[in-house]
Amino acid sequence: MSTYAAPLKDMQFVIEELVGLADITAMPACADVTSDLVEAVLGEAGKFAAEVLDPLNGVGDKQGAQWADGKVTPPAGFGAAYKKFTDAGWNGLSGPTDFGGQGLPHIVAMAVQEMWNSANMAFCLCPMLTSGVIEALKLRGSAAQKQQFMEKLVSGEWSGTMNLTEPQAGSDLSAVRTQAVPEGDHYKIKGTKIFITWGEHDMAQNIVHLVLARTPNAPEGVKGISLFIVPKFILNADGTPGARNDVQCVSIEHKMGIHASPTCVMSYGEDGGATGYMVGEENRGLEYMFIMMNHARLGVGLEGVAIAERAWQHALDYAKTRVQGRAIGQKGGDRVTIINHPDVRRMLLSMKSQVEAMRALAYTASAALDKAKHHPDDNERKRNQAYVDLLIPIVKGWCTEQAIEVASTGVQIHGGMGFIEATGVAQYLRDARITAIYEGTTGIQAADLVGRKIGYEKGATAAVVIAQMRKEASGLKQNSNADVAAQHDALVRSIDALAHATKWVVEHFQQDPNAVAAVSVPYLKLWGIVAGGWLMARAAEIAAAKLAAGAGDAAFCTTKIATARFYVEHILPQAPALAEEITGGAASVLAFDSAAF
Amino acid sequence: MKVLVGVKRVVDPNVKVRVKADGSGVETANIKMAINPFCEIAVEQAVRMKEAGLVTEIVVVSVGLPQCQETIRTAMAMGADRGILVDTDVDVQPLAVAKVMQAIIAKENPQLVIMGKQAVDNDCNQTGQMLSALLGWPQAAFCSKIEPAGDHAEVTREMDGGLEKLTIKLPAVVTADLRLNEPRYVTLPNIMKAKKKPLEVIKPDALGVDVAPRLITLKVVEPAKRGSGVKLADVAELVSKLKNEAKVI
Repeated sequence: MSTYAAPLKDMQFVIEELVGLADITAMPACADVTSDLVEAVLGEAGKFAAEVLDPLNGVGDKQGAQWADGKVTPPAGFGAAYKKFTDAGWNGLSGPTDFGGQGLPHIVAMAVQEMWNSANMAFCLCPMLTSGVIEALKLRGSAAQKQQFMEKLVSGEWSGTMNLTEPQAGSDLSAVRTQAVPEGDHYKIKGTKIFITWGEHDMAQNIVHLVLARTPNAPEGVKGISLFIVPKFILNADGTPGARNDVQCVSIEHKMGIHASPTCVMSYGEDGGATGYMVGEENRGLEYMFIMMNHARLGVGLEGVAIAERAWQHALDYAKTRVQGRAIGQKGGDRVTIINHPDVRRMLLSMKSQVEAMRALAYTASAALDKAKHHPDDNERKRNQAYVDLLIPIVKGWCTEQAIEVASTGVQIHGGMGFIEATGVAQYLRDARITAIYEGTTGIQAADLVGRKIGYEKGATAAVVIAQMRKEASGLKQNSNADVAAQHDALVRSIDALAHATKWVVEHFQQDPNAVAAVSVPYLKLWGIVAGGWLMARAAEIAAAKLAAGAGDAAFCTTKIATARFYVEHILPQAPALAEEITGGAASVLAFDSAAF
Repeated sequence: MKVLVGVKRVVDPNVKVRVKADGSGVETANIKMAINPFCEIAVEQAVRMKEAGLVTEIVVVSVGLPQCQETIRTAMAMGADRGILVDTDVDVQPLAVAKVMQAIIAKENPQLVIMGKQAVDNDCNQTGQMLSALLGWPQAAFCSKIEPAGDHAEVTREMDGGLEKLTIKLPAVVTADLRLNEPRYVTLPNIMKAKKKPLEVIKPDALGVDVAPRLITLKVVEPAKRGSGVKLADVAELVSKLKNEAKVI
């Protein structure tokens, strides 16, 4: 059985060298976030992930959360692990310092969350949802609401949930029907919410539900939805949890993956109405949700990176130990480990190189988010916000879709054993599958990309990013390291493909939105592949410079260059093919007779 | 009561150790390093005693490269109050470390010194014992229980034949065994706080200690690979092999 080891070297390389921690530390708000602090935090988090969370991952998958009489019991060990997690203060890593959090920047939170997710994604969803509630209250909660709820949410003594989906309102939230009727200083909430992650459990003393609902005279559609706090236990005057609110978990779903995470059907107001408190202004609930969506989507993209990393570690371990067959051309002698077989090596490298490219892209977006928030210069904040807005659907869509592919390749490397549940690698594939669905499916991400992020602004931000890619790519040719210089041509071809496809999207977005929609997912994938290649080539360049200077970890740098070269030669060639599909493939989708399906 | 704890930076116990290509030692460049597990237990013990109100201040000492500051920060994140790094790039041996500790103890005047019983890198199991001899203090090595009480301490030592209970006079040097306690997970707020705790860096010269090695390592090699076994016909053949080939009986 493989055990998780946090990829500290790659994480630190990406944070320090590729993203540039110095740029983050240079901002006054993040001045305390020095290299040695980041190293200490990542080191301890890695230990906690490996020793406490990882051993529960398989247990959680096999046992699953259990529902009985409205109560949900998490798998054995989860409650104790949650207590350790909150006692150790991890829940408050990026939480506001006014309420007991450590206020660390997103880039640090990103690496730490990657570890939690690699070790135990189902567990990690609980604190992740809590941080979503913290974010919402921070942005739009009243001073009184913050006073009542923040500290306990930051510490993790209370957990949080997001209640958006209803049976008839999934990707289309305009169809939300849950009602909120004013009564004195609060509202009475009635309705059914589904797919509520960690909606009920006994690990925290209270659960703070954020619920989307309509007030009696609210307009139809998205402009008539408000946001409410509905605590599981209504607070006493002294702030402690008191009477049980009129909200029940009526069942939990049987799912393909993340078995340990209870996905609840929540029923509000079966007994007259659940007490709820409005957050911010009336009818602006969905807008508030979308502000937080950036964080949440980046978080789910990161889940993709994390699961892919775990699948890679497990597959590598197996490939190094499983003895089967002889090497091609070998006559007699000992049988060899399967890592000696070229096709297995190719599979391993496709996993490794994509995990590293995905991590580079996700952390880059995360650093941009920090700069958009904390940079002292107004223009820099704006520029970074536009950058991160463009990257988020790509991180979410691409990293999750590739995680499924990487996890599937991990199963393949195990051969027949991969298909056996006891091996443990099928779980990664099943767990990864949800990441491309929740927080907006890949289709929704692609629609966001071609619409809000490219089409409406006529590709302005995209053009800036593509120009930056070109500038960096052109430097590769002169690199004194032959393995780095060799990456130039393929990278330039892939950037050309991206530019060509982007031009097509911008040109067709207004007059032929259906055509753009028909190829929007391949376009998102193209962005992911090319951005990943661009960052891998940059990583190779940095590694080559360190090697030439005799600085840093020579083995790591050499491996980074070789990994980037594999990516450029095996993954990037998909780019021109995707561009061809995007610019020429819409008609066959749209022209197909609906009756012929 | 003031307690002084010695901590050593070693190759992380989860890392597979490799011998350097030139046979001069073990590869430590770009390898994950960590606090020696027995030292971690020693720190944990001091912190528990402080939490129980038995100890007022915990000072952590390490001897070695500047990177040992990370190890000291780890100990401070666990709960130690301040740290002292005796900065040297010499490959210090137990006697040198014991002498450095002796010099620091002369300045700090702790009532109790807790150290790990041995370090997992070279397993010397000597520093604590040497230190007690240099100081002329009582020693209790391999402790699985330490209970200070006024001017003495009740300790339980793990022996080959069982447990030995002793009363030792303070000040004393005790070394921690595996079963003394189970170290805590460091909390995030304490990692942040540790960054701001005082850490003094001094040179061995300033303490008047010569840390030059007294022993020379000739060569470090990997253990010989185990050969394949053979199937024997009977016990007589086994005895004969043990006698004539292995020459062990």
